[in-house]
Amino acid sequence: MKRAELLSRLIVTVAVVGVVGTPLYLWSRTPIIHARMAENGGWTPDVIQAEAGKPLHLKLTSDDVMHGFAVGQMDMEAVSVEPGKVTDITLNFEKPGIYTFYCTRWCGLNHWRMRGTIEVSGSNTDLKPASPPLYVSLNLDIDAPHDATVVPNGQPSVSNGQSLAMDNSISLSHEEYLASSPFEVFDGLKNSSLTEEERWDIVAYLWQSNTTPDALANGKQLYAQNCAACHGENGAGDGVFADDLAATGEASMQTMSGAENMMMQTPVDFTDSARMLGATPALLQGKILRGGMGTGMPMWGSIFTEGQIWDLIAYLYSFQFEYPK
Amino acid sequence: MAKIELNRNPFIENALKSRYPQLAVFIVMLVGYIFAILAGLIGTPVGSHNFSIVFVWIAWWAVLILVAVPFFGRGWCAVCPIPLPGEWLQRGAMLAPPNKRPKWLNLRVPKMFRNIWLQNISFLLLALFSSVLLTTPNITSIVLAAMLFAAIGLSTIFERRAFCRYLCPVGGFIGLYSQTAPIELRIRDKQACVKCEGKPCYNGSEVGYGCPWDVFPGGLTKNTYCGLCMECIRTCPHDNIAVNLRPFSADLAKPTTRMDEAFKSFIMLGSAMIYAGVLLGPWGMLKDAAYNVGSNSWFVYAGVFLAIIFGVLPGLFSLGIYQRQNNIAFKQRFASLSTALIPLGMMFWVAFSLSFVLTNASYILTALSDPLGLGWNLFSTANTAWQPMLTSILAPAQTLALVGGLIWSARTAQKAANESWTSSMPVIVYCFLLTSVMLWLLL
Repeated sequence: MKRAELLSRLIVTVAVVGVVGTPLYLWSRTPIIHARMAENGGWTPDVIQAEAGKPLHLKLTSDDVMHGFAVGQMDMEAVSVEPGKVTDITLNFEKPGIYTFYCTRWCGLNHWRMRGTIEVSGSNTDLKPASPPLYVSLNLDIDAPHDATVVPNGQPSVSNGQSLAMDNSISLSHEEYLASSPFEVFDGLKNSSLTEEERWDIVAYLWQSNTTPDALANGKQLYAQNCAACHGENGAGDGVFADDLAATGEASMQTMSGAENMMMQTPVDFTDSARMLGATPALLQGKILRGGMGTGMPMWGSIFTEGQIWDLIAYLYSFQFEYPK
Repeated sequence: MAKIELNRNPFIENALKSRYPQLAVFIVMLVGYIFAILAGLIGTPVGSHNFSIVFVWIAWWAVLILVAVPFFGRGWCAVCPIPLPGEWLQRGAMLAPPNKRPKWLNLRVPKMFRNIWLQNISFLLLALFSSVLLTTPNITSIVLAAMLFAAIGLSTIFERRAFCRYLCPVGGFIGLYSQTAPIELRIRDKQACVKCEGKPCYNGSEVGYGCPWDVFPGGLTKNTYCGLCMECIRTCPHDNIAVNLRPFSADLAKPTTRMDEAFKSFIMLGSAMIYAGVLLGPWGMLKDAAYNVGSNSWFVYAGVFLAIIFGVLPGLFSLGIYQRQNNIAFKQRFASLSTALIPLGMMFWVAFSLSFVLTNASYILTALSDPLGLGWNLFSTANTAWQPMLTSILAPAQTLALVGGLIWSARTAQKAANESWTSSMPVIVYCFLLTSVMLWLLL
C-alpha cells in the first residue's frame, strides 16, 4: 500500500475516532441535572448525594421549557433553569438530612410534582429531634368540615375594629390566634353589646395585630410564587391551572371514588368566607404542611420553613380582612 | 457572455486534479457530519442549542440554498461527506487508483429506478415530517445516520454513487436548480471524446475512477446529474474537461422532457409555499397539525400537502397549458414548460430561507461555543442572546427574490414555449399567481 493511502486511512481513522470519542468522553464527565416538565420525567436525576460541610456544585439545564430550581427550607434565591443552557450553582449544607429541591416556575399543570431530593450525609451531632407541628399538637382533624356558620356581610374593617378593641380592652395572644378560627373569636364576643358587624371588625383587627407588614409581604411573595397558579392571584381558586386541574380530575388516578371526589381537584377558594373564617391558622398549617392528599394540592412541609408557613397563612386571611396586603 | 474556463488557470487546474485538497475538505466535512449525528444523540434536546439542528438546518441550509446552489450548482455534492464511507468501501481505497476487480456486488441500478422519482419520494417523506425533523435533535441525527448507512449499503450493492444519483433527498433538488448556476463542467472538444478509446472518464483507468455519478462527460448538456466530483478531470487523457464560468440559467434553454424532473419542480414549489405557511405563518393549528406526527390532524395535513403538490399545482398548470390542437404531445409540453418553474422555485426557497435563517442565525454563535448544551463556552459566544438579524432588509430582499424569480421564470417560459410551439402566457400567469401567494405568505 502506498504511503499516501496509508496516511489517508490513518488520518481519517484518527479523525473519526476523535470526533466520536472526545465528545463522548467529555459528555460522560459532565454530570448535568436535566429538568423536564413532570409529564416528561421531571428532574433527572431526582436523587443527589452530598456531604455536609462540603460545597455541592450542580449544573442544571432544561430540556423543554423554562424551569426554576430551589432547595426547600433553605435560605437561597431560586435560579432559572433555561432550555438548552446550563446554570451552575453551588450549595452548602451545614447539616445532614434529606432536602427537597423543586421547580419554582409554573412550568405546567403538574409543575408541583417536579421535585427531587438531596441526600446529605455527615456526622453532625447537633441534630435535634423535630417538634411536632402545631396542628398535630392540637390533635386537629384537618379534613373535617370547619365552615363558619355566620359570615360578615361585607369585608370587616380593621381600622374600625382597632378602636372598638381598644375601647373594650379586647386582645388576642399569639397562641390563641394560632389555635382559634376567626369565627370562634367572633362567637366568643357574642355576649357583648357589640353588633355582629362590630365583632367582625374586631376579629379583623385581632388577626392583623398578630402579623406584621414584613410577614404579609413575605406571605404575598410566597403565595405569588407557589400558590397563585392554582388558587388564583386573588385567592378565588381560579388560577391559570384551575380549569385544567378540574378537567383532568376525571381521568386522574388519584380520584378513586367518582365525580363527587373529583370536585376536590378544584383549588380552594380563599375568598370563601365560610371556609376561611372557620379555619384556624393551625388547621391551615396542617393543610399546607401535609398537602391535599390526592386532591392535587402538594405537600409543602419539605419546602417551606415554619416561619414561611405562618407568613403565608397571615396573607391568606388578607383575602377576608381589609388590611394591607 | 462567453464562458470562462476556470481550469485554464494552472492553480485551479492543479487543485482540481490533485486528490489531496478534496480529501482534506472531505475529512473536515465527514468529521462535522459525524459530530452532528453525535450531538443530536447526546446533546441537549433543545433544538436551538444543539449543534445538529443549528448547524444542519440553519447554517448548512443557509449556505446551501443561499450560496451553494444558486452560485455553484452541485458545489455541495462536490464536498458532501455522505457518500464517502460507502465509496471508500466500494473502491477499497481512499486515494489509490483502482487496480483490482470490484470487491462488492457492483450491480447496475435497475432501469426502473434510474430516474429521480425515488429522490422525489425521499424528499417528500422528509418534508412531511419536517416540523419534527427540523426541531428535534435526535430525529435529525437518526435521519443523518440513516442517509450515511443507506449510502454505504447501496455502495456495496450497486456500482458508483447510487445513493447520490437516485435516492438522496437533497441531491434531487440540487440537481434541478443547478441548471441555473453559473458553473458547469463540460468537455472542450467533442471530437476528442468521440475518438477517445476506452472512455476512461466513464469507465475509469489506472489514474482514476469512472464517473461516480454514472454520467459520460462527453454527453453532458446540463448540470442536473454531474456531481462536480472532478474525477473526470483526473482521468481524461486528453485534458478535455473544462470547468466553466457561464451565464446564469444557461441549461434552462434546453427544456426537460422528463416527468420525474417536471414533478420535482412542482414538489419544490409546493413545499416552499407550504413551509412558508406552516413554519413562518401565524396559524397555530397548522403548526400543531404538522408537528403532531401520527395524529388525525397530521394525516389531514399530509393529505393536503400531497394534494397540493400532486394535484392542485400540476392540475392548475395543466389547465393553463392545455390546448386541443398542438403538434407536441401534452406530456412533453407539460414537462418542457415546467422548466420555467425552476427559477421560480429556487427563488421561493431563497425567499423562504432568508426569513428563518436571518431569524435564527444568532443560534449559530451559541451552538458554536456549546455544541452539546453541556455548559461549555469554547469561543466565548455561548451566552449570545437570540437576536433576529438584518430585519430591516428582510422584506425587501424577499420581495426582490420573488419578483426576480418571477421575471426569470417568465423569460424561461418564453424560451420553453417557443420550443413547444405554444404561448408562454398561461405559464407566466401561473407563475404570477404563485408569486402573489408566496408574497402574501411571507410578507
